[in-house]
This record gives sequence, C-alpha cells and structure tokens, in this order.
Amino acid sequence: MLATRKWLEALSSPNGVLKTVQRNGRQHLSKIGMPARTQDPWRLADLTRLEELLSLPVSSETLNSSSSEQDSLPVVPQDRFRLFLDSRSDLGSLSLPDGCRLLSNDELERFLGQTLDKCPSTTEWPIAINQASASCVLGLLISGKKVPPIEVILRANSNELMPTRLLIILEEKAELDLLQVFLGEANSAQSHLLEIHVGSDAKFTHSWLARGSGDSSLMSQISVQQDLNSEYALNFIQYGWEFARFESSLLQVDGNANSTIRGLQITKGIEQSSTHSTVRFDGPEGSFDQLQKSVISGSSHSIFHGLIDVPKIAQRTNASQLSRNLLLSDRARIDTKPELKIVADDVKCAHGATVSQLQQEELFYLQSRGIESKQATNLLLKGFCYDIFENSPVELENWINLDQLLVSLQ
Amino acid sequence: MISSEAPLILEISDLHARVEDQVILNGVNLVLRAGEVHALMGRNGSGKSTLAKVLAGHPSYVVTAGSVRFKGEDLLNLTPEERSRIGVFLGFQYPVEIPGVSNLEFLRVATNARRQQSGRSELDTFEFEDFVHERLKVVQMDPAFLERSVNEGFSGGEKKRNEILQMALLEPLISILDETDSGLDIDALRIVASGVNQLATPETATLLITHYQRLLNEIKPDFVHVMSNGRILRTGGSELALKLEQSGYEWVDESFANQEAD
Repeated sequence: MLATRKWLEALSSPNGVLKTVQRNGRQHLSKIGMPARTQDPWRLADLTRLEELLSLPVSSETLNSSSSEQDSLPVVPQDRFRLFLDSRSDLGSLSLPDGCRLLSNDELERFLGQTLDKCPSTTEWPIAINQASASCVLGLLISGKKVPPIEVILRANSNELMPTRLLIILEEKAELDLLQVFLGEANSAQSHLLEIHVGSDAKFTHSWLARGSGDSSLMSQISVQQDLNSEYALNFIQYGWEFARFESSLLQVDGNANSTIRGLQITKGIEQSSTHSTVRFDGPEGSFDQLQKSVISGSSHSIFHGLIDVPKIAQRTNASQLSRNLLLSDRARIDTKPELKIVADDVKCAHGATVSQLQQEELFYLQSRGIESKQATNLLLKGFCYDIFENSPVELENWINLDQLLVSLQ
Repeated sequence: MISSEAPLILEISDLHARVEDQVILNGVNLVLRAGEVHALMGRNGSGKSTLAKVLAGHPSYVVTAGSVRFKGEDLLNLTPEERSRIGVFLGFQYPVEIPGVSNLEFLRVATNARRQQSGRSELDTFEFEDFVHERLKVVQMDPAFLERSVNEGFSGGEKKRNEILQMALLEPLISILDETDSGLDIDALRIVASGVNQLATPETATLLITHYQRLLNEIKPDFVHVMSNGRILRTGGSELALKLEQSGYEWVDESFANQEAD
C-alpha cells in the first residue's frame, strides 16, 4: 500500500483531456492497492517487479524523439507512415495520412473507455496505473481502405515510467495495417492501454513488437470489440523485458466475425513474461484462432493464460487455441493454461498445450549435414518461431535481429 | 573396375558399440575402397542401422572398442558435422521432419559447410539456386519441395529423394544409405537408384544398407555383406544377395555355425 501511496503522491495534478480519467484512476488505485499473490490473476507474477516499476517517476517531459534518436531507428519505408507516441506528445500537431484523422475532444469523451468497459474484464491494476498517470490519448479514426500502413513507435527513456493510451476506431468497411513497436531502455517502464473498435466489414491487421532491454518493464492492455463480418488479426512478439505482462480482451459483439492472435514471447536470464488473453462471443458463427508460442531459456519464466468464452447465444462458434512452448534450460519455467468456457451446444472448439525441448534427432540430422551445433540450434529455434514471423510484415525484420536474439538464448 | 590398389576410403576394425546398456555392435570389420559399392544386408536388429549411425556420429551410441579410419584419419574423434564436412554422408532410413526450417535454406547452409571445408568458395543465394536446380535433375525432384520446410509433409518417396538430393549437393566421398529403398514404389526406386548411380565415381565409395534384392538390381554392388548379432558373418559378390533372396538368413547362420564348429 505504501508503494502505491508514494507513487500517487508524486504524480502531478490531474490535467489535460484525461483529467477526469486520471482522478478516477487515482481514486481506484488507492482503493485496490498493490496486487497480491492470493489474487488469481497475480498468482504467478513476480510482484517485486511491480514495486520496482512504481519506484520510477512518471515521464514528465515531451520526448519529441530528437532527430538523432530517430536516426538510430530503421528508415521509414516509402509506402508507410510513422508516428511517435509518448506520455506528453503534442498530438494536435501530428500530421496524419489520408483516411486517418484525430478524434476530437468531444469524440474522445464519447468513445474513450467504451470498448474497455464492454470487453471481458481484464486485470484492474495495470489499467488503474495507466488511467492514473496517462495525461494524453491518441485517438484515431480510420475511414476507407486506402490508409497506408501506420507505424506507432513507443520508446521509454531510462529511469522513467511512460504511460501511453491509444484509441483506434475503424469505420464500417475501413482497413488498417498497424505496426506498434515498443522499445524499452534499461531501467525504464511502459504502461500502455489500447482500445480498438473494428466496425462491421472492417479489417484490422495488427502487428506488435515489444523489444525490451536490461531491467525494463512493460504492462500492456488491449481491448478489441469487433462488429459483424469484421476481421482482426494480431501478431505479437515480446522479448527482452525483465518484466512484461500482455493482456488482451476481445469481444465479438454480434459474433460472425474473424479473429486471429499469434503470439511469441522469448525469455532469458531472470525475465518474466506473461500473456493473458480472453475472447468472448456475444453472437453466433464467430471464429477465432490463437497460437501462442514461448521460447524459455536461462532461469526465466513464461506464463500463458487464455480463455475462450462461448455463451449460449454463440452457437456455431469455431474457435481454437494452442499454446506451444520450448524449454531451453532445466532452470526455465513455463506455466500455461488454455481454458474453454462453453455453454452453447453447437460449437467447434479446441485447445491444447505442448511443452518440449529441442529434439535430439532434429539436431543430429542437421549436424550430420555439416551444420555445427550452434547454427543447428539456431535453425531449429528459427523454425519454431517461423509461424509468427511468416504472418508479420516484412518491415518487422528491420526492428529485430532474430539471429542475434536466438544466439543469446544458447 | 575394382582394384585392391584403389585408395582406402573407410576402414572399420573390430568395432563394438552400445546404446544405453544394450550392446549392438560386436566387432565389425569392413574395408571400403574408392570406386566400390558395398551392400550390407541382415535381419532386422542385426546392427546395420546402428553401424550407419555410429559412422555418422549419433550421440546416443557409444563406441566401446575398435576403430574407424576415414582416409587414414580417426573418424570417431570427430563431431557429426566434422564427419559430414570431410565427406561422410548418411542417407537416413527415416529422414527427420523439421517444421519451420526452409528446405532451401537448410540445403544451402549444408552445402556451404562442405564447400568451405574442401576449400571451395561459398555459394550465395543466387549461385546456390542455380546449383540446386541443376542437381534436382539427378532425382527428378519438383522444385516446389525447396520452398517447403525440411521433409515436412513429404511422402516417403519424396523424403528419400530429398536425401539423395543432399548427397548430390554435398558430393561426399562415402555415402552410407540406410534402407534408402524402404517406402519407395517401383518408379521412385528406379529414380533414386539412378541418382545414386549417377553420383558414384571412381573416387567415391557407397555402402547400401538394404533388405531387398530389388535395389541391388538397380545398383550393382561389388561386395555383399551379411550382418548378424552385430558382426559381419559373410562377405561375397552379388550372387550372395541372390542366395539370400532364395534361402533366407537361416542359411547364413547355419553355415556360420558349421564354420565355427570346424
């Protein structure tokens, strides 16, 4: 409780468009205090990392990514549009591509929090942290099919906690291809809250790369509501954070929509990375396909909890969820729990989990062709991660040196 | 033409090996010279595949006695990858499927590892594509298989063709082909056998492990060996395989027992 109080006291007074949200968030946070291991969503979490996270001051200066910092980032491909988001971005001055505009303050007031409230509930604490501290929100309205792919870069500096909030609304029949890149400097933390409303017949292709370093932390929450005949596909990769918690909550409002989630978390050293996903169908004939993969090395800990909720109204739902985990060390730990909650009686739902190590016969096969052991291991690890990269935009390769990352796991 | 003056490729002397606590090889002696094709036959469990895996350096098998020399060099001291790089090739009885690893990429890395060892320049992506397409003809393989994951979803015949394609790319000095004919229909058998024949040169040696005469109709062996209980009991020419086809392995056991009694 003390850590929460101290953190709240250090925050500047509520201000800006999120003034009310901040005030409510702070009140709620002081009521719920710190999470405890006795609470199911935090049963496996390393709570000392949360206290460390609260020891960081909330970023207070405009980051405005200086040109030298931007130079160190991959060049923006010609057909793509890049923007930076930090805790104090001057959003009014943002230039946006055709088909994409900022939501007005009135619209923000009307829509902000709607999807969050509607979607199956997620853990309170990370949301409260974000609501208490985020002072601005980037709200985007997407219309039509001609919006160029957008990249949103979120980079936290060392020794600060950077809260960011994003709301994206896709109008009917709109299409968006979004790549979010989270970069974590040493001893930095990020709290990200994202709401997505995919209108009917709209299509959202969402890629997410969260690349931490050193003792960085990331807590992210996504809420997605999908209208009829919409498509939402998320491909996410999370690695390098000492503590990372990714929560997604997806709702097919009237069923009859397609959702896909493909996730990969890679951990090493003493890192802890967790993914919690919930999907609910509030109408019939929805489909959902989830593949969650983990590569766990060193003394790290990987957690997955996925819930598919099919109430009575969601007849003829077709959903599957598979968690596949590769343990590279006998000190590494995986906790995985794919879960189905089905009330409807005419559905096709599957779930499963596998935990394995590198296969000796596969390694020998590669070695017997002259490929030395480290390179053979690397090829096998790449093979394991292939499904995730296969479905990611090629631009992702500019942000991740997979070979180097995989070598660091051996 | 076989000549006892041809350079030695592989000399296996009194080789003993076990897997876990089970002794499988009990003193294997075998010499292969350049230009020779040897067939190794025997009942299931006689030790043929174990011999192949021991020669390739499989980590589950422990050599407890004996030696193997490859062109005069101690082979047993080398890692599996070093053995491959100096020219030892094992065609697997059950080629492993490796999901997510591109067959083309795998073949390129393997080919370059061997080329580097033999002092040739590595092939870049484009050079390799030309090379592999030329080599595909040896086994009449569809280029579409290059785009897939290693052996994933390949039929039995396609896997074996992929093995011979690897042999064609790696250009080994000795090829140990472990039941390359198993799971092949007649046409595929001819194609694979023709590939092996095309790749055999006066400088290389081949050890074919098989149960059936039909492979030996396609690839003519210079020597046929029969293995039982981890040893080679009998060696002869191609007539030995025909005799086995007619009389089975009991005949070998009996004649060996008589020989021992004498």
